[in-house]
Amino acid sequence: MKKLIQKGWRPLVAILLFLVIWQLATQVFSIETWLLPAPSDIVIEAQNVMDRFWPHFFATLQLAVFGFLIGTTVGLVIATILHLMPRVRETFYPFLILSQNMPVIVLAPLLVIWFGFGALPKFIIITLACFFPIAVSALSGFQQTNRELFHYMKMMGATKSQLFWKLELPNALPSVFSGLKIAATYSVMAAVISEWLGAQEGIGVFMTIATSSYKTASVFVAIFIVMVISLTFFGVIQLLEKFLIRWQQKGEEG
Amino acid sequence: MTLEIQTISKSFDTKQVLDDISFSVNAGEFVSLIGPSGSGKSTIFHLIGGLLKPDHGDIVLDDQVITNQTGHISYMPQQSSLFPWRTVLDNVLLGQELQGEKDTERAMMMLEKAGLGDVVHAYPNQLSGGMKQRAAFIRALLSPQSLLLLDEPFSALDEFTRLDMQKWLLSIWEEYERSVLFITHNIDEALFLSDKIIILSANPAIIKATFTIPFARPRSEELLLSAEFLDWKRRLTEAIQA
Ligand SMILES: Nc1ncnc2c1ncn2[C@@H]1O[C@H](COP(=O)(O)OP(=O)(O)O)[C@@H](O)[C@H]1O
Ligand SMILES: [Mg+2]
Repeated sequence: MKKLIQKGWRPLVAILLFLVIWQLATQVFSIETWLLPAPSDIVIEAQNVMDRFWPHFFATLQLAVFGFLIGTTVGLVIATILHLMPRVRETFYPFLILSQNMPVIVLAPLLVIWFGFGALPKFIIITLACFFPIAVSALSGFQQTNRELFHYMKMMGATKSQLFWKLELPNALPSVFSGLKIAATYSVMAAVISEWLGAQEGIGVFMTIATSSYKTASVFVAIFIVMVISLTFFGVIQLLEKFLIRWQQKGEEG
Repeated sequence: MTLEIQTISKSFDTKQVLDDISFSVNAGEFVSLIGPSGSGKSTIFHLIGGLLKPDHGDIVLDDQVITNQTGHISYMPQQSSLFPWRTVLDNVLLGQELQGEKDTERAMMMLEKAGLGDVVHAYPNQLSGGMKQRAAFIRALLSPQSLLLLDEPFSALDEFTRLDMQKWLLSIWEEYERSVLFITHNIDEALFLSDKIIILSANPAIIKATFTIPFARPRSEELLLSAEFLDWKRRLTEAIQA
């Protein structure tokens, strides 16, 4: 806790200073609320819309979490297949890279044409955004298996599946987690974008409505909530990492 | 248990590493391979372990040809061979886990005897170099295979720890009577531990000389300073330089 205060006070002061300047600027230059609301306006607006906001919040949260889980599964399966089948890897790895040079947003309208406005196109968008960082980081984790340990396992007669489960997968875990952290933030972003395409409820829908009626303060409320969700996701995954990769943090360098 | 290496040769690309190597390890025997770095000692282990296929020649274990087959020997690599995400106990059980049954009680007992009783649930990065190698050796001993291959297990340790480990290894080995093939580039270490020493030359490796070491067992540290030991050291040094 002490460490947190020691390390955290600088960014905290910076944020506070930023908010104060923002507040003063809106007053000094008398900026219209619909253009840029002051932090105080945003806080008041947050209190006003809270009741209406919750259903949107849960809808987006649900979408992001499930999308993230599907994307993670797809990413891990793809990485495993590409790792265990070198031929397949050589053939399809370029496609994997290529798939990332296509921004997900430009695909969105197509997905709506093909799959309508239901949940499916939304999950596809989130999956597309999430699977890549996970697949790439898992694959590089698999490939960086320690040679000595690999030889040890082979000489002792380990089967291919023992090699994978007892050596390659645990060895890739730290790498997988760095992919998961990136994917977690992507999943929240993709969930909101997918809701812009059309949905019953969700933070994306809330933002669209707020924008069309120039309720800029509401838009800011939504932005802050999205940031909070993203940070929470990130934190949960970091906790999970601490728990699952205990062997790395403990003790000094080995 | 008898291991026979029969006229093995091995090249990588155009570079010949091993040329017509033959030797044997008998039941309960401690045999050391000694040779300069890069002479092909680890390659011999990789061949016996079935990771590599010899260009010609065969490897026979108890009248069964095991050339290019894995799973017949127990192995302790040069270094950093414990799995960082497994506790000490889970690490020493790994060899058994790969082949079937685990005997946790026996593992606990052996760790206890090796002075690792307090760290059975610790991760390898919390151990000293000597403790890690002790755990790695216990893992090799607990594995069901009857022949142990140890590849320079103590080369990364400082001189004091190294002597402690050699004494410890001898005490355990004398109790368990397993056959050991041991790689080192340290003459003292080979003399102190072995029944038989095989000297390799480099580029490509051939067997230069084989010595049967007559020191009585159990051996103690005093042996290292005896006239007999120094005399043998001179003979080995001459053979290596010849
Ligand atoms: N897989 C391999 N491919 C190509 N060359 C190798 C391979 N393994 C070993 N070598 C070469 O064979 C020689 C012997 O290596 P090694 O058996 O590790 O020596 P030592 O263990 O005696 O130090 C070295 O020159 C090394 O570069
Ligand atoms: Mg070597």
